[in-house]
This record gives sequence, structure tokens and C-alpha cells, in this order.
Amino acid sequence: MKLRKFMFPTQLCLVLFTGLLICGCKYEEPAGENGAGAKYVVQVAGSSTVAPVSEAVAEAFDNATKIKTNVATTGTGPGMEKLSRKECDVAGASRPIKQKEIESCKAAGIEPIELKIGLDGISIVVNPQNDWCDTLSVEQLKKLWEFESKVKTWKDLNPQWPDEEIKLFGPDKVSGTFDYFIEEIIGDVPENQSPCRTDYTQSVKDTMLVEGVKGNKYALGYFGFAYYVKNKDQLKALKIATKSDLSDSVAPTSETIENGTYKPLSRPLFIYVSRQALLAKPEVAEFVKFYLTEGQKQVSEVGYVRLPEETIKAAEKKVLDILEEGEKK
Amino acid sequence: MNQAGLQYKRRLKRRHLVSRMFAIICIISTWFGLLVVALLLIGLMFKATGIFDITASSQTELRNWLTPHLLTNHMSSHPEKAGMVAGIWGSFWLMVMTGFFSIPLGVGAAVYLEEYSRENLFTKFIRLNIANLAGVPSIVFGILGLTVFARMFSLFHDFPPIGIPVGIGMIKIPIPFGRTLLTGSLTLSLMILPIIIIASQEALRSVPQSIRHASLALGATKWQTIWHQVLPASLPGILTGTILALSRAIGETAPLIVIGAVSFTVYNPGNMEHVSDYLTKPEVLLTVPSSDFTVMPLQIWNWGTKPQPEFQDLASAAIIVLLLVLLCMNGLAVFLRHHYGKRLDW
Repeated sequence: MKLRKFMFPTQLCLVLFTGLLICGCKYEEPAGENGAGAKYVVQVAGSSTVAPVSEAVAEAFDNATKIKTNVATTGTGPGMEKLSRKECDVAGASRPIKQKEIESCKAAGIEPIELKIGLDGISIVVNPQNDWCDTLSVEQLKKLWEFESKVKTWKDLNPQWPDEEIKLFGPDKVSGTFDYFIEEIIGDVPENQSPCRTDYTQSVKDTMLVEGVKGNKYALGYFGFAYYVKNKDQLKALKIATKSDLSDSVAPTSETIENGTYKPLSRPLFIYVSRQALLAKPEVAEFVKFYLTEGQKQVSEVGYVRLPEETIKAAEKKVLDILEEGEKK
Repeated sequence: MNQAGLQYKRRLKRRHLVSRMFAIICIISTWFGLLVVALLLIGLMFKATGIFDITASSQTELRNWLTPHLLTNHMSSHPEKAGMVAGIWGSFWLMVMTGFFSIPLGVGAAVYLEEYSRENLFTKFIRLNIANLAGVPSIVFGILGLTVFARMFSLFHDFPPIGIPVGIGMIKIPIPFGRTLLTGSLTLSLMILPIIIIASQEALRSVPQSIRHASLALGATKWQTIWHQVLPASLPGILTGTILALSRAIGETAPLIVIGAVSFTVYNPGNMEHVSDYLTKPEVLLTVPSSDFTVMPLQIWNWGTKPQPEFQDLASAAIIVLLLVLLCMNGLAVFLRHHYGKRLDW
């Protein structure tokens, strides 16, 4: 058979492979490569809302210092889990860390340090062809989104509005945006019950929600501010009022989110860095410092809102203090 | 003409009509698939080259995204600078390593099941399981890969990496494997194993029994019969099945996200900067299995979730690159089938 020629390498591979498995032994770093030669790669994981910022910062950081950073988009919860398992050094989060997560970090000997890196305003968005609705009150939003909501048409919200069905779009339940929206708008919900109505289009991808609202005159959706800003001319953001007479309605803009008047849906974005990694790995310390200084430019570049100068300065000081303390020891 | 003749003629006409209708239905089914692919491709092409984008807003910049630096640049948060080179190399190495693990195992299992095993309850049970495994959603394999390979049941803490000596140095294998190419390829190997086994079984079954009888009658051992007669004869089928399985693996995102493949990275597997590094710097090649990685579908997914609408168009361009790679792989499958099909000379 002529095919023997082809078969021989396969045979060889098989033999080699088995051989390798048998004589695998302890790895010794080749001389000269450890230490200064190969730099540590900073590992970032976490929220998909924060990931665009982390990626932009990672890119600028690489350009500035030649230290490489990897970003894995996992969602806030899994990011925290990875932090506690030392699988990443920095975890992005679109909500504050939960008590349970702090405990699991502690159990693994990790102390997460919370740093605010930017602001996001969850935007309630409708189609630009929607010319009847400009403002919604928190009360109306709650009525619209709560579990087993009776609101089916726009008319149910306001008798003057058209008798057309509202097509709803929102993030799905693993999203930090969802958690925050539910907490602020609907509040506490009994356990074993869906926190909000279930008859709406859910998606992990915010871009899907953008497309959905773009495509339907009677649609309403909510998602992160960046997604609204980058598609501004095809979407209309509603003003939100905390009072039911709509006297204090505020639209989401960079200013209103930064000064906190866009209530109650503006929220901080976080990164959590493990104290241990911060002290043990100089690259991680460099990255976090960069994130809080030059990296801040990327926050607005990506479409989110920058924190006031003092807040960032305070966060930077927090990091520097920890580093100093570590040095003393 | 008599009554029977008339009836016959009428019936003949009807029978031909049915026959023609059946042909038309078959043609429609064929063209339906083709039409869908064509529509998809045309839509993608328009979006990728910036000719026309139905979802674009006036803010969106329409431009040709299918540029050479899509293939050579690293990822970036600026769409005009972003490229997918890390994804291309990641997919390439993932493919090579997945093939390395899954082909010997898959073909071996198929040979055992077809040539050695007796038909009993146990082998029936195995067969049923393999068929079932082929239908398990890929994300389940991702979860399996995370616990078994990436974390190894959290059994090892601060375990020193293992070195495997090969001619040019040591391959460093961290324990547990973590989110490395090794984890990715082992996970995908598990995922495509059932497909390879089933395809190989079919191929082995299609080798006429007379070949085996003739070989055994001439005094060849079972091993000689399988290695020199049966396997070569079924090679085209095995290769086709394997390459199709690998093309499924190359398009997978879900299990890789679960095991923690990165979605943003600025270096290639093994920290390779030039293709020539693979030849001139052996240490680059040796660190590939333990390297973090990203793959093309993951980059497409990542771009698809970005707030900037330009990234959606960039994702279309990346999809075209991915489709081209898939097309090449399927072309290779066809070529191999023809090539080795012709060389049989009993």
C-alpha cells in the first residue's frame, strides 16, 4: 500500500505522544528567562459593561509601558469568582461586591479593594418616532416593569397616549444592569418570584436591545448610557422624574450623571483588585495606577461618564497608601 | 384506441407529473440553502466593505473594513485600528492541538468499536452514549472543561508546572491547566470526539468485508489487516468527518467563554511577534500550549457587544474572514477525499 508513507508520521506521533506523557517531569525555568526577561501579564475579568473601558485602558497601557494585559468578558458574578480563585488580578463590576463574594474571597486569602472608575446612567430609551412620551416617573416605570404588570399598551400608562402595545426590551437576569435597575425601580421583591415581568425581549447583548428599540415605533428599552450615546440619533432617551407630577424630570447626559441629578438610575462602575496581587506583582500595581490616571481618558472615550476629579484622586491615594504600607512590611 | 390504452396514457402522464414535481421540490430545497447563504454573504459583504448598511445611523462611519490590517493588527478600542491577528493564530493553534488530541482518540475508539468489539449490551450502551454525546450543547462541555481541565477540581494549589521534554526544550504545562490553549483544545476535543467517532465508524463500515477476509486469508494478522488495508481504505471518509468536526470546533464560542478564554489580548499565543519566530525561536513554540488565547468567533462576539456601531461592521468583516477559513478547511476535506480516494489500488 502506498499509504504507508502517510501512515508512518501518524505512528510516530502516537508513539511520541505516549512517550511524552510517561516521561513528563518537573519544569525548570530556562536560565535567563525568568525575572526581568518575561513580564507578567495582567489578568482582568468581569462585567461586560466595564470591559470596554478595561480594554481601552489595557490598550493604552500596552502602548505606554509595553506591559500586556488580557481582558476576559465574563459578567460581574463570574469575575468575582475568578478573583477569589486567583484566576485574575482585577475584576470589573457594574454593581458593588456582595457580602457573599467578599466572604469567599476572604476564605481564599484574597482581600478585594474597591475602586470606582466611572459612572454610567441606565438610559430608558424609546424610538425617535415616539412623539408622545418624553418623561416617565419612577412610579410609572415600576408599574410598567413590575411582576405581572397590567400595563400592556401605552394608553395604560397615560390615557392620552396611543392604544398600542408597548414592545419591551431589557437585559437578561445575569446582567449587573438588570440587578441595578430592579433594585432602584422595583425595590425588594419576595423570593421565588421573578423580580420583574417576564413578557419582554431579553438579551445579554445590549446591541440587540439597541436594534430592537430602533426597529419598532412602540418600543421601550433600558441599557447602559454608552449604548445610547453611540446610537444617539436613532434613539430617544426619556427624562426620569422621581416625583409623580414630573416636575423634577432629568434627562441622562454626561453632566446630569456626573453631578448625580439623574436619579435614581445613575450608578458607579467599579474595578476590584486583589490586595495580594497588587502587592506581589508590580505590573498589576502599574496597571491600576494607570487606570486611575491616564486611563481615565478612555472612560469618556468609550461612552461612559468620568468621575469627579476628587473621587479619582481619592481612589488613587487609596492604592498608593496600600502600596506604601506593603513596602514598609 | 381502447379504454385500457387511454387509461394507461392518462396514468402515465400523471406519473410523469409526480416525478417532475418531486424533482422541483428537491431543486427548491437545494436552492433554499444556497439562497440563504448567498443572502447572508451579500449582507455581510455590504456591511464589511461599507457599501451599504441597513442598520447604520448617520453617526456611523461607513468604510471598507476588509483591509489587510484586519489580519495583521491586534485588538483595539478604535475600530479603524482593530485587527484580529491574535484570534487567527489562536484559532490556528487551537485547531492543531484539538486535532492532535481528538484524532488518535476518535479513530482509535472507532476502530475498536467496528473491528474488535463484539455486539453486546456493553458496546450497545457505549454506542448509544456516543450518539447522545454528539447532541450535547457545547456550553455543557465548557462547564466540564472548566472544572476538569482549567481548575482540576481545585485539587492543586501552588503546584509547580510540569515540563515535558521535546527535542528543542521543555514544554511548560501549568497545573491546573488554567485558561490556556491546552484547556481549550482538550475541551473542544471532548466536544468533537463523538462526531469523529461516528464519522470514522461509518467510514470503516463502508470498507467491504471481502477485503478483510482476503487479507486474513493471506495470513495477515488483525493488526496488519486494519493498519494496511482497512484504515487506508476508509481514510477519505475519516478525514472528511474529522475536518468537518474541526470546522465545527473552529466556530465555537460558548465553551471557550466558560473556560475563560480572554476576549481582549494584545499578543499572539506564545508571545509570537513574527511568523518566523516559530522557526527561529523554539521557546515561542514551546510556550504555545500554556499560553492565554483568544479565537476568531470570540473576537466577533466581543465586537458585536461593543457600544460603537462601527464595531458591528467590523464584526461583519471578521465573519467573512472566518467564513473564508472555514471554506478553505471544507475545501481541504473535499480535496483529501478525492486525493486518497483515487490512490486505492487493491
